[in-house]
Amino acid sequence: MINLETPKKFRALIDQAHQVAENVLRPISRKYDLAEHTYPKELDMLAAMIDGLEESGQSGGAGAAGVKGDPSSNGGGEGNRNGSNLSTVLSIIEMCWGDVGLTLALPRQGLGNAAIASVATPEQQERFAGKWAAMAITEPEAGSDSAAIRTTAVLDGDEYVLNGEKIFVTSGDRADLLVVWATLDPSKGRAAIKSFVVDRHAPGVKLDRLEHKLGIRASDTANFVLDNVRVPKENLLGSPEIDTKKSFGGAMKTFDNTRPLVAAMALGVARACIERTRELLAEAGVEVDYDRPASAQSGPAAELLDMEADYEAALLITLEAAWMADNSKPNSLHASMAKAKAARTAVDIAMRCVELCGATGYGEDELLEKWARDAKILDIFEGTQQIQLLIIARQLLGKSSAELR
Amino acid sequence: MSRCILPLRTVAKPDAPTSLAERSMGLGLRALRGLASSELLDRFGLRKPTERLVHNATKNGFRAAGAAQRTFKRVRGAGPAHRQKRASGGDLFDLTPTDEQQMLMEAMRDFAAERLRPAALDADTAAQAPEEILSQATELGIVALGIPEEHGGPLEERSSVTSALIAEQLAHGDMGLAVAALAPGAVATAIGLWGTGDQQATYLPEFAGESPPAGALALLEPGPLFDPFALRTKARRAGDGYVLNGTKALVPRARDGELFIVAAELEGTGPALFIVEADTDGLEIEADPGMGVRAATTGRLELNDAKLPASAILGEDNADAYAQCVQLARLAWCALAVGTCQAVLDYTKNYVNERHAFGEPISNRQAVAFEVSNIAIELEGLRLVTLRGASRYDQGLPFEREAALARRLAARHATRIGSAGVQLLGGHGYVKEHPVERWYRDLRATGLMEGGVLL
Repeated sequence: MINLETPKKFRALIDQAHQVAENVLRPISRKYDLAEHTYPKELDMLAAMIDGLEESGQSGGAGAAGVKGDPSSNGGGEGNRNGSNLSTVLSIIEMCWGDVGLTLALPRQGLGNAAIASVATPEQQERFAGKWAAMAITEPEAGSDSAAIRTTAVLDGDEYVLNGEKIFVTSGDRADLLVVWATLDPSKGRAAIKSFVVDRHAPGVKLDRLEHKLGIRASDTANFVLDNVRVPKENLLGSPEIDTKKSFGGAMKTFDNTRPLVAAMALGVARACIERTRELLAEAGVEVDYDRPASAQSGPAAELLDMEADYEAALLITLEAAWMADNSKPNSLHASMAKAKAARTAVDIAMRCVELCGATGYGEDELLEKWARDAKILDIFEGTQQIQLLIIARQLLGKSSAELR
Repeated sequence: MSRCILPLRTVAKPDAPTSLAERSMGLGLRALRGLASSELLDRFGLRKPTERLVHNATKNGFRAAGAAQRTFKRVRGAGPAHRQKRASGGDLFDLTPTDEQQMLMEAMRDFAAERLRPAALDADTAAQAPEEILSQATELGIVALGIPEEHGGPLEERSSVTSALIAEQLAHGDMGLAVAALAPGAVATAIGLWGTGDQQATYLPEFAGESPPAGALALLEPGPLFDPFALRTKARRAGDGYVLNGTKALVPRARDGELFIVAAELEGTGPALFIVEADTDGLEIEADPGMGVRAATTGRLELNDAKLPASAILGEDNADAYAQCVQLARLAWCALAVGTCQAVLDYTKNYVNERHAFGEPISNRQAVAFEVSNIAIELEGLRLVTLRGASRYDQGLPFEREAALARRLAARHATRIGSAGVQLLGGHGYVKEHPVERWYRDLRATGLMEGGVLL
């Protein structure tokens, strides 16, 4: 039975996340935007609360739940399921309505945690439980083309030895662990790329610098040099075999799972922008009338309508992608559509809201200008807009990555 | 519901000795009728001859009706109105159509592919839907979806979601023909939803019959910045009835229309709906062709002191009727847009894979491939927002927001998708050998039409 309403059973969770966003994140939003590289200590309490909720099984967390085809995590039962994928997306929307930078900075909710939750063995899950894991993929010469990474992993006895350089590692300095992508054999292409769980403080892990960024400044972005870093071989995630058929398999699977989460972040920012702009415009006497045609309303009202329409489209595609994952339907296409639509919509909405609100939108008295800066990263990390369009087109047109580059 | 589903599965066996199209037409018809299983099986053996009979009778019936103008026998004292139940939603987020919806979608998809698409070009050129196709649509039950069972309708429960899925499938074949087929159903649905017992008894049995009256919802008016909540067509009370003045534009099925639902500003009250029979004094109908949806034979209704009886006002006791009518019509156009956008996607996907330039398929180029991705993305958004609106209506929730948002998406993105469809084919897209030029014209309608059809 087709129904696109938020399920009742998640309402308490969503409400809880909203309370946190409103009462914990929003009040410190500007503070940590200005104080880049200062650790938001207020998040420790929050992270502890989220851990507690996760243990009690009540939470969708803020993003580290990982996404597996495990029916027990999907709400159980026969037939239609609304499970952890949907609840996670819904709670991330609320958290990022509060502040996307702070949400990204939440301890133990990193993308590395999502990777571990998605692809680690039960033994590894247990070993890395309670740790904060960051994701280290990008290199100075390899961004979207993650198959081109040059960091090497060479087996030496019971350990791999890692050498290379990693940039743009979200929360890299603050995390306990780094999930590092490296190649076992640079001559064998993507099949040889594996991910390794590395102790942040292992000898040879050298922090090069923390980036100064356009937005999400509460979330630190670290650059590392890996100089003969020794990693126990049981810290390799997935299979150690170089299987050219499975290609990227394990490593890329993480991305299928994190794209709807980034889409959710974009939705949170976009909704914050629309809501605040609507309030400010209402003070200026502009109200949206859903029944009257856009052309019969004021320009700003018509623009609000258009923005809300794109928001709604992005929201529902994102919920669809999460719902598909909950119901073990292959969702790679929909995950990319969600990410592409939500991220570009967030940037578009945020920038239009700044324009609509003029000096109030552009100035630091309001958060609109910050949200517009924050939003841009969402159309870049975890696969840029262009990479999403490539993934979508390849699937729709039946193209290999060699045919459609 | 299961009483009609189970036996249908038996008749739908792939080795049944009929063509796919005939089988699926049967499926649609049977599912809609909701007949008891034994009746269904009994009728199955007689299908083909019966179908041909009904078909011919309907075809000739249309001509006769067109020539003689049907007289509706006004019923008084029919008692309270009958309403179909609304299909309720579940507690969970779900995008799975019910078995019944799935089956109807398949039947409509086949009908659209095998009957509508091949007839589309000629119908567009002639600005006329072939009678054969309209009577086939009637056979499929398309007109009768919104008629309460008591008046011969096929469905106990009414579902706007089901109507949206049907409209989408039909518009995948051709939007103009889909509108021509759906427009009379909009009149029936409006009377089913908001009519009094007498109004229902007067008109609905005709719509449930083999030769339903043509007609449509007439909301739109000529001129820029039209607002259905600030109508220029005026109604005033006069004696026992009403007098209407004004012009309605782009009304589907106007030429052969026998019954319209006309929106007019009722003095002292606000916008209201009136049931207007085609032979009403003071009503003139003239052609009003547009850039697209031409197979729906759009026309203009000129109301010059058109006199209506007191019984003509529709939904007088329901304060929400008018707004809901506007909203459901908007959603119907969005559902049509979804179907035609899907047609654009399906068509261009094949074309760009097969068309070679610079030594390889043009789909190997990002500039081309990304356009296809963007069509798919915006289409999916439009589809989901439209379905959410329809499903909220079914659940009795406010849905004006979703109707407005879906309409904005149709106005902007569906129109752009129509344009992208032509662009991807280049010069070939501009000529009538390919359907994309028609879709370009048709899709422009979806964000600006008011009325005409209803979910």
